[in-house]
Amino acid sequence: MQEIKNYTMNFGPQHPAAHGVLRLVLEMDGETVVRADPHIGLLHRATEKLAESKPFNQSIGYMDRLDYVSMMCNEHAYVRAIENLLGIEAPERAQWIRTMFDEITRILNHLMWIGSNALDLGAMAVFLYAFREREELMDCYEAVSGARMHATYYRPGGVYRDLPEVMPKYGESKWHKGKDLERLNQWRGGSMLDFLDAFCADFPRRVDEYEELLTDNRIWKQRTVDIGVVSPEQALAWGMSGPMLRGSGIEWDLRKKQPYAKYAEVDFDVPVGVKGDCYDRYLVRVEEMRQSNRIIQQCVKWLRANPGPVMVRNYKVVPPSRVEMKDDMEALIHHFKLFSEGYAVPAGETYAAVEAPKGEFGIYLVSDGANKPFRLKCRAPSFVHLSSMDAIVRGYMLPDVVAMIGTYDVVFGEVDR
Amino acid sequence: MSETTAVSGRSAFVQQLEAKLGQKLVRIDEARGETTIGVLPENWLAVAAMLRDDADLHFEQLVDLCGVDYLSYGQSEWDTDDASWTGFSRGVEGEGPGRFAWANRPHPARIPHRFGVVVHLLSLRHNRRLRVRAHCSDDDLPGLPSLIGIWPSADWFEREAFDLYGIVFEGHPDLRRILTDYGFVGHPFRKDFPLIGNVEVRYDPEKKRVVYEPVTSVEPRVLVPRTIRDDSRYEQARAEAAAERKK
Repeated sequence: MQEIKNYTMNFGPQHPAAHGVLRLVLEMDGETVVRADPHIGLLHRATEKLAESKPFNQSIGYMDRLDYVSMMCNEHAYVRAIENLLGIEAPERAQWIRTMFDEITRILNHLMWIGSNALDLGAMAVFLYAFREREELMDCYEAVSGARMHATYYRPGGVYRDLPEVMPKYGESKWHKGKDLERLNQWRGGSMLDFLDAFCADFPRRVDEYEELLTDNRIWKQRTVDIGVVSPEQALAWGMSGPMLRGSGIEWDLRKKQPYAKYAEVDFDVPVGVKGDCYDRYLVRVEEMRQSNRIIQQCVKWLRANPGPVMVRNYKVVPPSRVEMKDDMEALIHHFKLFSEGYAVPAGETYAAVEAPKGEFGIYLVSDGANKPFRLKCRAPSFVHLSSMDAIVRGYMLPDVVAMIGTYDVVFGEVDR
Repeated sequence: MSETTAVSGRSAFVQQLEAKLGQKLVRIDEARGETTIGVLPENWLAVAAMLRDDADLHFEQLVDLCGVDYLSYGQSEWDTDDASWTGFSRGVEGEGPGRFAWANRPHPARIPHRFGVVVHLLSLRHNRRLRVRAHCSDDDLPGLPSLIGIWPSADWFEREAFDLYGIVFEGHPDLRRILTDYGFVGHPFRKDFPLIGNVEVRYDPEKKRVVYEPVTSVEPRVLVPRTIRDDSRYEQARAEAAAERKK
């Protein structure tokens, strides 16, 4: 009889379901996975080393590029670490804005996830639906910071500027005109907060649409129910956080347990799964979108009622305004020092974590009193989750590996850093 | 998280740690609501096991593990304590990683126990965090016992620390490089590794393959010198906080 041996298969780094540049070396027994060995680092840019070579503020933009689908949450962790060491606190309005944009980011991330995960498992349409709403929220990013993705909007001491009074409108073009243009600009008559109000009122209905496509879909359930089961013990041992941990039935959310920004003052629920399979994690993330929507509504309400400063007035950290600079020597000196040298952060070390859409994103910052970090470590949730790959997928079939990569919600910007 | 007792000014958690770990602690400090303990490499595993298993501590998650290279800690490139006659040149004569290429990398004064490993733990039960640090005893071949038997999540973190800092974790079953290229030489996050890197890659049309060469396309340069400023405001804030505690 012919001897049958296991064979090794190379999955990625050019495979569309590999979510970027994952190279997965799979040892297969027929169609069953015996061992999975993820090879990462193809997108390694040494962000942490680069950050050691420049003043603190210049690395905020690098944070956007770590997890490039939840940009502002990364900034939030970094900015909070610096604020911890400096001993400053952002004004209240800035904290509400941060809370609001963290939740906008969460919806952005989960929309990307639901679209791409469904695409991996064979449902094309969800992607198109999800990107329709993503577009609206991207416009909020753009309106507030000028960039659709890499915003660099959060700064130590607050946020770069206040919310815009006018929401930008679509102009007439070959593609958008007449009734179509009217429909696109329907919500954009007023300020950004008006726009978000209209968006939030509409969004639950949109989530219903995704659910209609997936929740009771026979194929979707065949691909996700009882696939990639993570027991609560495994989830803890492998350092999981965010939806991966909650999907396994452990109620743990930094926004509730160690609240930062204004999460202690908003009302929301934390969904948890029961079985810890891919389907539970899907349900958790869908519910998180609905909860984020609730939080945004509360933030909009507060922000409407309470105007105020969005940056601390501490010129050792935050540059003075252009107007002040023109006729105040002191302000000019501050401006010059901040942009030529930056600010020195007192020696010490801190770890600041936020509940990013993918899990706990943390920044460990060591300062020796200089104007640059001595050591910066980004604790990326995707990196931790992916490390459990081998333990979780053993014994599953090859198509389940794809479902698992999707449910991990890995983004290689932060895995490789 | 902060059940401070008025008697000693130290939190109940710190006292608990001192009572449980006793002699095994090299140092313990609390700043900004964060607790850090230092342990010796020989106690690394024992302390870790205790931190996980003790019901009052119960750190069931290892959140993060990373290496730190303390070479050049506290070194300034722009000395401003006294009046200076050296002018601008003092800002361009540093030894930071951005200032040299691989071929002429400096071999600066060594400091003892240059490499450290920092671990962040999280207890979900008590909603607490803890930072644990150990310095490797040997600087030429830094090493520590692996935590993989206690927290499986240490797996990739230790591979990363090995890759970037060259710290060897004894007992790790699969200590390979993880982030850098296949066949990479050197440990890029060490402070004496150049910021521009050591090799660059291009396709050679004559050899019809990718070739590795020393870096020539980037010049080492630093735009902003590293400056340490003693800011009296922080000292004042510290003094005020201390006075507040005394009351």
